[in-house]
Amino acid sequence: MKFAIALFSPPHAPASRRALRFAQAVLDGGHEIVRLFFYQDGVHSASASVVTPQDELDSAAEWRAFVSRRQLDGVVCIAAALRRGVLNEEEARRYERDAANLPAPWELSGLGQLHEAAQLADRLVCFGGN
Amino acid sequence: MAKSLLIVSRQAPWAGPAAREALDIALAGGAFDLPIGLLFLDDGVFQLIAGQQPQRIEQKDLGANLQALPLFGIESLYAARHSLAERGLTEEALSLPVQVLDDTGLAALLDQYDQVITL
Repeated sequence: MKFAIALFSPPHAPASRRALRFAQAVLDGGHEIVRLFFYQDGVHSASASVVTPQDELDSAAEWRAFVSRRQLDGVVCIAAALRRGVLNEEEARRYERDAANLPAPWELSGLGQLHEAAQLADRLVCFGGN
Repeated sequence: MAKSLLIVSRQAPWAGPAAREALDIALAGGAFDLPIGLLFLDDGVFQLIAGQQPQRIEQKDLGANLQALPLFGIESLYAARHSLAERGLTEEALSLPVQVLDDTGLAALLDQYDQVITL
């Protein structure tokens, strides 16, 4: 089965961890993820600027490693990300900001990517709140 | 045939960007001619109240964007009757032509759509 997964929560919210474990289970179960789409505060779950205490789960780092390792299509909503200071190199340059915090494998794109993923997938599964 | 999507908007317009971001999903879907519905639930019904003065709290007016919904082909608009009643709001106070649904109607609505996003 093809899944589209949307995340609306920051890395310190339990929903981010649940989404990550769900995504891993989807692949482990032999299913496909057509796209991950991070929106609202979910854009922070893709940020490379998050510093987590050593004895706590670093969801943002795990997401990054997971998306890279499994070569997934990881899209962060550009409007939601800019508003929250999550920028890749290109946007940091464009808006003359000192730092970028969204390296590969993440890509910034628009809401059309969410709709396209929802159309391509058999199931759209959203994770939000806490 | 395109899958239909119901967006459930649950936040007040002054409670951060959530209401605007829910609306943006609807407008983007409309731009792609997708079958989109928008349900105002819980504090989300506050978005529908006419005569708001968001500039008093240094916010932009969400109302103008809501009025754009029909222009984007989004005419399936709903509000939950119990959410209005809980907040002392009446249908006459609403700035958009929404279909007000009781709990049975809400259950049927959720059934009717292929996919649901709640924000």
